[in-house]
Amino acid sequence: MNESLFTPFITPTVLGLPAAVLVILFPPLLIPTSKHFINNRLIIIQQWLIRLILKQMMTTHNAKGRTWSLMLTSLIIFIASTNLLGLLPYSFTPTTQLSMNLAMAIPLWASTVAMGLRFKAKITLTHLLPQGTPTPLIPMLIIIETVSLFIQPLALAVRLTANITAGHLLMHLIGSSALAMLAINLPLTLITLTILTLLTILETAIALIQAYVFTLLVSLYLHDNS
Amino acid sequence: MASVVPVKDKKLLEVKLGELPSWILMRDFSPSGIFGAFQRGYYRYYNKYINVKKGSISGITMVLACYVLFSYSFSYKHLKTPAGRSWAISEGNSQEGVV
Repeated sequence: MNESLFTPFITPTVLGLPAAVLVILFPPLLIPTSKHFINNRLIIIQQWLIRLILKQMMTTHNAKGRTWSLMLTSLIIFIASTNLLGLLPYSFTPTTQLSMNLAMAIPLWASTVAMGLRFKAKITLTHLLPQGTPTPLIPMLIIIETVSLFIQPLALAVRLTANITAGHLLMHLIGSSALAMLAINLPLTLITLTILTLLTILETAIALIQAYVFTLLVSLYLHDNS
Repeated sequence: MASVVPVKDKKLLEVKLGELPSWILMRDFSPSGIFGAFQRGYYRYYNKYINVKKGSISGITMVLACYVLFSYSFSYKHLKTPAGRSWAISEGNSQEGVV
């Protein structure tokens, strides 16, 4: 049972070579660039989307934080497109691999912390202590705040992995149970199929939301530290 | 039978069947050649289906359908039902636990 349940999450290989690189490089093919002023429909839709994302994300930052615009916009587009492509049947979603999400989360978080320590060292260190704490609690609270700071990249990565993996797994289970029940009990199958449809809609939403949340949190850490 | 145009420069549909092996051998298989082939293929598809005034959704749907088939072919080996364990319901097996 274990093997057939988790096989969608195995990194694809061809004769031992990791083909996961090809799968990760596929989404940019769907996002063309253009030098013209008036473009075809696909590019117009994507440019509108990118402008919307940019306006939403970067208005709260000061000039220094806005140097991160390219990074954050490409991050949200990458995560959203990868998650949405993973909803297609038989496809491999790179964001289900914890290794990839950690590789995304740790450098981004670490660079926000490094930026804070480099430019506003005193203020960054004072963030470790919330305002108005009673004096005896200070040592314990500093330890707690430091731990919560170091947990931020782990939480970013694990949140994304767990959400996407759990969604895919749930769809697998409900789908295979609907298939198995087709021979036995037809009304129950129909109910299960309705649940599956609703779940698919939820998954689409979650794919987008997770991308948004990931990027939003990175931008939040940036705002704190810039 | 010598052709007027050298074999190397002909397009694939114009190459006669007997000349096919020499045509294949004369193609540019260096990395930049392969990259150029991918680029030409990409732009051929792009300019035909997407970069048009009234591009429809079928331009991108064809790409996604190919992607699904491609992923299926990759995972075919894992998807073959292992022998001795099938999900088909049989008569006397309703007591067996699934796990």
